[in-house]
Amino acid sequence: MIYRANVRPAWVVLVLLLCFAIAFALAKSSDSSSSGKKAETQEYPEKVNLAKFKNSETNELCLKCHGQSKYAYENAETKKVVHKRMYSELIIKRDEFYVSNHKGFKCTDCHSEDYTTFPHSGNLRMESKANCLDCHGGDDKYAKFQFEKIDSNFMASVHSQKHSQDFTCWMCHNPHTYKINARTNENLKETIIYDNLICLSCHSDITKYELLTNKQKPNILVKHEWLPNQASHFTNVRCIECHAQNKDTLIVAHQIVPKSLAVKKCESCHAKNSILYASLFKYQVQENIKKQGWFKGLFLSETATIGPDQNNTLNIISLVLFGFTILIILIHAVIRIQKSH
Amino acid sequence: MENHNEPLYLYPVWIRLWHILNALFCLTLIITGLSIQFSNPTIIVKFRAAVAVHNVAGVLLSINYLIFFLGNLFTKNGAYYVIEVRGFFTRLKSQFHHYTIGVFKNENAPFPVTMESKFNPLQQFSYVAIMYAVLPLVILSGIGLLYPEITVHSLIGISGLDYTDLLHLLCGFIVTIFMCIHIYFCTFGKTTLSNFKSIINGYH
Repeated sequence: MIYRANVRPAWVVLVLLLCFAIAFALAKSSDSSSSGKKAETQEYPEKVNLAKFKNSETNELCLKCHGQSKYAYENAETKKVVHKRMYSELIIKRDEFYVSNHKGFKCTDCHSEDYTTFPHSGNLRMESKANCLDCHGGDDKYAKFQFEKIDSNFMASVHSQKHSQDFTCWMCHNPHTYKINARTNENLKETIIYDNLICLSCHSDITKYELLTNKQKPNILVKHEWLPNQASHFTNVRCIECHAQNKDTLIVAHQIVPKSLAVKKCESCHAKNSILYASLFKYQVQENIKKQGWFKGLFLSETATIGPDQNNTLNIISLVLFGFTILIILIHAVIRIQKSH
Repeated sequence: MENHNEPLYLYPVWIRLWHILNALFCLTLIITGLSIQFSNPTIIVKFRAAVAVHNVAGVLLSINYLIFFLGNLFTKNGAYYVIEVRGFFTRLKSQFHHYTIGVFKNENAPFPVTMESKFNPLQQFSYVAIMYAVLPLVILSGIGLLYPEITVHSLIGISGLDYTDLLHLLCGFIVTIFMCIHIYFCTFGKTTLSNFKSIINGYH
């Protein structure tokens, strides 16, 4: 009788599974608590010490009203102090402005000097606002950012061609908060979230969307129902990967293509010659490979995308091992057949 | 002394059913898995179809594995997987010697199949390793890839999905190699096809 239930491997596996479940639960709880801390610091950035910023004193003349949700002034006739609400789109958040790329400017560098008088003249509403190219165009200092190329791509995009002239750079890039990201941020996830929030600022906000078009705003979740693992795709790739014409020559694509031309084939990304190499991975991942070496940069990359994340060395090793196994089997079989004759 | 002319009923219906389903699911998973891994726009099985079939086959294999697991936890069949540690290495060596040398000299198998001991030491070792180590790992890592949101996000700066993916591929590769050897070793019966017949009709 060999019935010995106490040492059956199934029991060992059962115990190990239990240990794994406990370890997994612990790892998950520490994972969620650390991401919770991260979100907190992102939501409440450190208070900015204004004194260290250029022009902050001059800018405070504007920001004492435009820096918060309400402002006060003395009515010249009644001599009473009047409190008013500031329109949300006219509020400039100091915390965001003083970490943005334009933090060194005076408000009046871009806006009329006439704004220094209060109440502001009604005619100032007609003031035309500067575009990116007005300052950055034709300047060698900014040549590497390819503003002209971005502009020509944008002009060819549906954003420019199918909408009114109101669709300017500022629709996506707020000059008061804009911060260069794709080139400087080493965290791919943050770049993805940053870029996707730009698209969502209109495509998930009916009031901003309707400012530019009379069309009914499509529901993004419903429109992308066909996409498997929707949440995973939304947080791991950018909208522009599928909705823009990505070219190797431009870091961030600006030529948004019509819906009919959007990428819909899984193989476009999930293949060895994935289009992601011409878009999302072309900067950070390649930089990481340079910095961290082949192993961590690609083999254990932060992308974990099926298809493009193939490792040639592993492919070759597995092919050799497989071939070796088949060869041994064949040799064994041939000798067996010969001996049996 | 056993009478070798009398067939032994070694494979009850549930084991035969589990075995054939396991083989079919494994084969489907290997083909679709390779198709996903080496995804290419020109490949025969399209990525989307390959993923769908791989997911369904993976779930079915897991359910089937549960039948195997519970069956071997509570029925007499589980005893065949109990490794007698004392002298196991010597027995393993003698079985290895038989496969590499003895079999060519038409020597008798050192551990003939009996009602008490269905597997030879090498079979026992490889079956335990595959069924109780590799398969649970491939199933767990498969669940991690099927529901990426439950996978640990990062460990020492590397995405948890990367480890899971690597483990899944490694286990899948081992299963593939195992299947090739397993099928070849099945030709070692009284006749080339006798073991294949056994797993269908239950009698050895």
